Amino acid sequence: MTELGSLALVLAVLLPFLGVLAGLVLGGRNVRAVALITILAGLAVVVSSAFSFVQSAQPLTYLLGAWAPPLGIALRADGLSVAMMLAVAVVVAGIAAYAWSDFAPPADGVEKRAPFMYWLLLLAVWGSLNLVFLSGDLFTLYVALELLTFSGVPLVCLDGRGETLRSALRYLLFALAGSLLYLLGAVLLYGAYGTLDIALLAGLVRPGPIAWTAAALMTVGLLAKTALFPLHIWLPPAHAGAPAAGSAILSALVIKGSWFLVVRLWFDVMPGVVTLSSAQLLAAMGALAILVGSIVALRQQRLKLLVAYSTVAQIGYLFLMFPLAFDASGAILINGAALDAGVLQASAHATAKAGMFMAAGLIYASLGHDRIADLAGVARAMPITVLAFAVAGLALMGVVPSGAYLAKKLLLDAAGESGQWWWTVVLQGGAAFTAGYMVLVLVSVFRRPSVPVVLLKRASRLSEAAALSLAVCSLLLALAALGPVPGDLISNPLAPKELLSTLAVVVGGGLLAFGLSRRSLSAVAAADDGYVRRIMGPAGAVFERMDEFARRWTSASVLLLSLAGLFTWLMIKGVAG
Amino acid sequence: MITAANLFGLCAAALIGLGLFGLITNPHPLRKILAFNIIGSGVFLLFGVIAYRGAGAGMAADPVPQALLITGIVVAFSATALAVALLLRLHDETGSASLSAEATDTESRAEQDTPSS
Repeated sequence: MTELGSLALVLAVLLPFLGVLAGLVLGGRNVRAVALITILAGLAVVVSSAFSFVQSAQPLTYLLGAWAPPLGIALRADGLSVAMMLAVAVVVAGIAAYAWSDFAPPADGVEKRAPFMYWLLLLAVWGSLNLVFLSGDLFTLYVALELLTFSGVPLVCLDGRGETLRSALRYLLFALAGSLLYLLGAVLLYGAYGTLDIALLAGLVRPGPIAWTAAALMTVGLLAKTALFPLHIWLPPAHAGAPAAGSAILSALVIKGSWFLVVRLWFDVMPGVVTLSSAQLLAAMGALAILVGSIVALRQQRLKLLVAYSTVAQIGYLFLMFPLAFDASGAILINGAALDAGVLQASAHATAKAGMFMAAGLIYASLGHDRIADLAGVARAMPITVLAFAVAGLALMGVVPSGAYLAKKLLLDAAGESGQWWWTVVLQGGAAFTAGYMVLVLVSVFRRPSVPVVLLKRASRLSEAAALSLAVCSLLLALAALGPVPGDLISNPLAPKELLSTLAVVVGGGLLAFGLSRRSLSAVAAADDGYVRRIMGPAGAVFERMDEFARRWTSASVLLLSLAGLFTWLMIKGVAG
Repeated sequence: MITAANLFGLCAAALIGLGLFGLITNPHPLRKILAFNIIGSGVFLLFGVIAYRGAGAGMAADPVPQALLITGIVVAFSATALAVALLLRLHDETGSASLSAEATDTESRAEQDTPSS
């Protein structure tokens, strides 16, 4: 443990918040410059802490005020948190570049609320996320989580329209319900064990009624904040309604905070308390998220809503690793390849989804609408934006050498080893769905327009470059991550086997898009509705109904409580059986 | 046996139950915010009881939960303030303070149908 390295941990949390305070004092005309300086300094701090972590090869710790836990509070950085911090720092820098011209300080000197708030909130989200990654105790994590929510919610209603205010309020209320469940769980743990420090708690906690209840309450509360299906009540309207630079933050970064906390809780605090059957439930929710989220995405008519529903589906992927991370006897969760895959997937999704939302936002800003049906000719008018969208889509599909590909490969190996073949099916099928909505959008943008496309304004080069480079980051992530994983995992992307599987995925996706989308894909298909569409159309409508039902307030909150009960029951049963 | 700790514990459970019921059944956002505060009070009361019992640390009365409690109350207060501010803005903008999904849906559909320039 080097002194410099652990000091970097404090700075990683402190710098963004100092930036917020400085921006607040210096006002709207200077806030963008303050944000730029903070982001550059923050990047340096994160990279230096990563270096000292690699050098010391053991977790970095910093005791606040030199007080040791249980009375004091520790900041800890293990491999998990360093990896996530790096990914988040890169995405924050990319988003800032994208928003640079959109949220420029006012030229006429009159301060506007939106650009001023945007930069403050971006920094606040970053600081809260770093705190989530570094906190060593469950109560600090609660505070960090709330900070994250408080800085995420105003991003939804940055433009102040009534509709977005409503989505923001829904988001806030549901997230608050989730965080109270988390806090209740933490309080129960304190009552039983007298500490909330993760390292101390991990040694003390034993399977029993209190630990099970606490684990179930905390998990479900965090799932509500992550918006894992069927608890995604707030996500689609919030993510689709926010300005694109805000959606990118919400979709790429904010939901990763609560996801990371579930990982901490399950892997670090109570790996022996949670059971294989409860992990199966978690992954089953993930599989449902992929299925329903993708199908509803295919049936959207607006590009931003399509991307928002694809986020619902992608959140599902992040939870598939839980049952695959148990050891051979199925008794305890281990930090192994499956967890690596999960972190890789989270980073891949963060970069790709930020790029995708940015591209969608550029299309919206340039055309003044984002109706998928009327996107003909966009590919010619905005080639770089469309390229960014396509690359982000390829990265999400898991084409070699994207991060999602490597993650899928690791998870497939884990599924094969533990004999859980059903997750193999989900992992392979999910890519086809992703391909489906990519095909849907790409067919639309490449169509020849009946009237020439008129752009309201030209997208700024910097924004386009930011979207493209984040998407490319995600596509090349496997190469960057090859250090810690064996090298034979990456095959040649042009090898016949890989080409064939990519082709199969794209064709499967095309068929899905053809069958499930609301309107016919192209002139060829428009002739008349074949029997495929006649069968699959109503099936798609059924999934839309499911989504609508889950997004009603009453059903969502009853589902929240029943899932808490179900998790507890599965943990009790898992031990008894 | 009814001891002070048990009694307060039961009170906390009752508050959490009442709050959850209100959060689920009341359609009005202001009532949901109040229900959130009732659940919060229940959780804080539970934490107070745990401090009174001395928790797992085995002390006569544990001061740590009280410090955490105050932080928790501050967080809950800020959450309430943010929610109320959002609600007021919503009322100013739209003239209604409803969260109902139907209203949101028709609005977004109307927006989809009219071509914006």
